[in-house]
Amino acid sequence: MDHLRAVPSGAPSSEGAPEGAVLGDLLARSARGDSQAFAQFYDATSARSYGLALRVVRDPSQAEEVVQEVYLDVWRQSGRYDAGRGSVIGWLLTIVHRRAVDRVRSAEAATRRDATYHQEINPVAHDATAEAAEASLEAHRVRTAMQALTPIQREALELAYFGGYTHTEVATMLDLPVGTAKTRIRDGLIRMRDALGVTTS
Amino acid sequence: MSDIDIHSLVGAYAVDALDDLERAAFERHLAECAACRAEVDGLREAAAVIGSSATHDPPAGLRDRVLADIANVRPLPPQTAPAAEPAERQRRRFRPALVAAAAVAVLAVGGGVIVAEPWADDTSQRQPTVAEQVRAAEDAETFTQTLDDGAVATVIRSKSLNRAVLVAEDMEPAPAGKVYELWLEHEGVGMVAAGLMEEGQREVVLEGDPADAVGFGITVEPDGGSDQPTSDPVALIAFENA
Repeated sequence: MDHLRAVPSGAPSSEGAPEGAVLGDLLARSARGDSQAFAQFYDATSARSYGLALRVVRDPSQAEEVVQEVYLDVWRQSGRYDAGRGSVIGWLLTIVHRRAVDRVRSAEAATRRDATYHQEINPVAHDATAEAAEASLEAHRVRTAMQALTPIQREALELAYFGGYTHTEVATMLDLPVGTAKTRIRDGLIRMRDALGVTTS
Repeated sequence: MSDIDIHSLVGAYAVDALDDLERAAFERHLAECAACRAEVDGLREAAAVIGSSATHDPPAGLRDRVLADIANVRPLPPQTAPAAEPAERQRRRFRPALVAAAAVAVLAVGGGVIVAEPWADDTSQRQPTVAEQVRAAEDAETFTQTLDDGAVATVIRSKSLNRAVLVAEDMEPAPAGKVYELWLEHEGVGMVAAGLMEEGQREVVLEGDPADAVGFGITVEPDGGSDQPTSDPVALIAFENA
């Protein structure tokens, strides 16, 4: 089976190694019970984790709870990360995203479910940590890659990914035939994947 | 759901845009479809790049809470082939952690006392197994469920030791290519993997943190287990407040 890995996008760390290698090492040490390494891992990734959780969940205290649960889960699962399947940050944010969406759906927050959603195609970094420089690089990459999508693909992906809506809800919200949204989401992701250079290693 | 339809869910699955029913169905499909597994991985990586652009400073207190959370929890061991002697393996794996947690060198057992020596290379004095210690704990709680096929699942938990043991009687072997996976249910989190039941095993010490769990479950999963249950539980036990 092919192994997929994003073309390294992280800015080099102060040690001169690409971020993926640094995070992989911190995770491996965490898996052996090294809580200092895990603290460094948290410091290197928490703005992205919290930022994503906050985008999806909207409520800061719930976002905080989601992230707290995620890092505990990551600590427990640190020995089970599989580098052949994707980057460390990809693995981490996948967990964050899943937890955030589960939280949104279980919270039954009626205010979230109204039709007013913000089409934030231009994500903005709000922090001054070391992640910021990387984040604006990422934001630029994402903005550029998003231009490869059709408007419907972009909207569908926005609603699904940041809105936490199911594909059937997205179809309703975008006035698409039932079943069409999931295809738009898939097509949009494939275009993003290709535009961002997620390749086989 | 037809085979043609199921592949088409891969994009929505990669961004968690399936409802519970579809997600369960798709995860069953994933267990059998390498092409979809590979596609999910690539699409999730792309989705994560989108997600990584939305950064925000976390609240200041979160770091301390996270580090406090992990202080009493061990990372799970990597998923490897089972050792020849499951009971032996579990004893080796858990003994150091239990000795670290039991700083006092004495465990109370009902009216009597078991002396647990500090960790020593000399193993001439046999230490109680985890299962024995859980059973013997003062705060041991026992939960039992009779399964549909007449088998009986019993979970004994000690909150003070943060350990639980499953004792399974008369359980049919899992179907070929499948394995029984054990889960601890945590509030707000759902089912967390707590280990696999090896063929022929009757007693299994659960991985994870049973002290905080609100319930326990067993599902049938593909060999090697799954990260999340992909089928309905064959056993489901709620830990009522003692």
